[in-house]
Amino acid sequence: MKELILVKYAPEIFLKGLNRSKFERKLRDNIGKKLEGINAEFLHDSGRYFIKTDEVEESIRRISKVFGILEVCLVKQVEIDLNSIEEVALEKVKETNDKTFKIITNRANKNFELNSLEVSRKVGGYVLNNYDGEIKVDVNNPELLINIEIRNNYTYIWSNKDVTKGAAGLPYGMNGSTMLMLSGGIDSPVAGYLMAKRGVEVNCVYYHSHPYTSERAKDKVKDLAKILAEYTEKINLYIVPFTEIQMDIIDKCREDELTIIMRRFMMRIACKLADIYGIDSVSTGESIGQVASQTMDGLIVSDACSDRPAFRPLIAMDKTDIMDIARKIGTFETSILPYEDCCTIFVPKHPKTNPKLDKIKKGEEKLNIEELIEKSIKNTELVTF
Amino acid sequence: MEVYFDNSSTTKPFDQVIDEVAFGMKEFYGNPSSLHNLGLKSERKLKECRVILSKTINASENEIHFNSGGSEGNNFVLKGILRSGMHLITTPFEHASILNVLKKLEDNKVNITFLKINEDGRVDLEHLKNSITKETVLVSIMHVNNEIGVIQDLKAIGETIKENSARTKFHVDAVQSYGKIPIDVKKMNIDFLTVSAHKFHGPKGVGFIYIKKPNTLIPLIEGGSQEFGIRAGTQNISGIMGMSLASQMVNHKINENYKKVLEIKKKFIEKLRDVENVRINSLLNEKFSPYILNVSFKGIRGEVLLHFLEEVGIYVSTGSACSSREREKIGGSYVLKTLGLSQDEISGGIRFSFSDDNEEEEIDYVIDNLNKGLNFLRRKK
Repeated sequence: MKELILVKYAPEIFLKGLNRSKFERKLRDNIGKKLEGINAEFLHDSGRYFIKTDEVEESIRRISKVFGILEVCLVKQVEIDLNSIEEVALEKVKETNDKTFKIITNRANKNFELNSLEVSRKVGGYVLNNYDGEIKVDVNNPELLINIEIRNNYTYIWSNKDVTKGAAGLPYGMNGSTMLMLSGGIDSPVAGYLMAKRGVEVNCVYYHSHPYTSERAKDKVKDLAKILAEYTEKINLYIVPFTEIQMDIIDKCREDELTIIMRRFMMRIACKLADIYGIDSVSTGESIGQVASQTMDGLIVSDACSDRPAFRPLIAMDKTDIMDIARKIGTFETSILPYEDCCTIFVPKHPKTNPKLDKIKKGEEKLNIEELIEKSIKNTELVTF
Repeated sequence: MEVYFDNSSTTKPFDQVIDEVAFGMKEFYGNPSSLHNLGLKSERKLKECRVILSKTINASENEIHFNSGGSEGNNFVLKGILRSGMHLITTPFEHASILNVLKKLEDNKVNITFLKINEDGRVDLEHLKNSITKETVLVSIMHVNNEIGVIQDLKAIGETIKENSARTKFHVDAVQSYGKIPIDVKKMNIDFLTVSAHKFHGPKGVGFIYIKKPNTLIPLIEGGSQEFGIRAGTQNISGIMGMSLASQMVNHKINENYKKVLEIKKKFIEKLRDVENVRINSLLNEKFSPYILNVSFKGIRGEVLLHFLEEVGIYVSTGSACSSREREKIGGSYVLKTLGLSQDEISGGIRFSFSDDNEEEEIDYVIDNLNKGLNFLRRKK
């Protein structure tokens, strides 16, 4: 009897029609990459995928973070033989203190002499007769749920206690790429996570305003990128020097237009970098109405200088819901460290909440936009996690 | 060029101290509590260090207790003496390791009086005198304030306390003054004194507390009977050796260093006269430590100037390093706030803190870059 890891794919993958095999291949690749350094072997048994390894716990921890996986189960592999199945089922019951159980059988192998219901009944009967403690069957609301799958080569058995929830979503890298504006706050890492979860390759750009933002603030953004990289294959983080642009805006533009003009520069630079590195789109952590710069008018005006789709996966989410995801994916604790990011430093007392494009464009006329952007991009630093 | 003007946060250990610590780890690895010869060798070494340190403050050797440094010392005195219903007198600008402990003790019904501070930054002695009651068990006052460097008149405070109460003990947080300004625990009527080694070129994580006999404090850390039963745990012997050596080195040159650093501060202040919109928060007189110079640069944020200076190798602080995070919550330094500075002056506060390592020439480089930084930052509308 062997212990294997059963990997269940998210059901969306099976709806992909002709593209299904492409998705499956990508997912297997992604799992393989995540298991780097671990001695693991892929196995296949009539539509089910398994991983055989000695480092079970670490493998499950890693696989459960791969997008496109519904759940990961630690299963026992036994021969297709009723006695062996009964023994393992009894063991499963003995492992817990549960008082009620149910057995579900899935017989993919139609050559086996009993049908699913008969197997469940026989094995259930065996457990009831041979278990010393107090236990009974409850088909509606059992504490312990034992799964038996009879496949072509072997039978696989596991209980609900052996299941780890997967990250769901679609295989990473299947749905194009995006340049995420990562600020160091709570929202942007969540936006990046959600894009990655839907299979979009994530790259990050961070605008650094030394001396207005410290090295610690930069380290914090790197830490956030590192956490995101646990869900993706790797993360490229582009660190763009932004001080000169900010100072020029402060010197030449109206105070109430500083924020929106600054955001337009961020959008332009993100697009430009995306263009240079062949990245399809741009993403931000903006949520409508959250702060003065994230009004409908503000988003329209900053959107107007992007030359590719700008995705905002958090647009209709409440802050509390965003915070819940941040906690779940492990970025919250880092995000709330108290270092300034460049958005919080140059905040005018009364920023424009309803900027109009023609007026803002007029305000920008005094700036040498091309030159400023070019210089920042030339001095951009790339860090890869 | 690198200029380290953040000596109140911590100092660079002397090379001799580094060697002494390594030597201590090699040669004195025996546990001072072990019965065998190696243990005895370590125990003797500890005793030697205790004697050296006790002499620097005119105490006796069994009144010196090794610990992990300033925060532990301050915690120990407050928690070791104060109980519900008792009364304590202190100042509003103590170190966080006093003020934050007091917040908790206040919940436990300990009564606290915060002394009035005169315009020169010193505590109002009349207020002290009138505040002492028969419930007053402790007066806790910092010798040299870590943010602006004002020196309290310990002798006058000690006398006031003893004249008005036989019960009240006197605790001095000497973290910023030990090895820089002479301390005599007998003449100053001090009952407890807290010292940290890394503030005078010693190792981090080691310090000592002077406790006048007979000891009445309840231990913070219980266990073995080390340190006369008041601080359990195997002593950090190599750290203690490093601290003793550093102590000898600074105390030997205490007057010479004072004069040298005073010249640096004097020159710095003179040069700052040419800089616009500046407020000197640490005056140039005998009531302020020459080791600390706090300056407000109006119209800018201290933290931003700090990051500008780090880029050219100049290291300063916006106040006390221990409370840099804390201060963000209250919008700047509580010490400057206590002294009645405006919000603009508080947020533009920078602390330059010197040591005998520094040289007068460094001032020119710093002033040069300060001007550059201020020109760059003050263009903001």
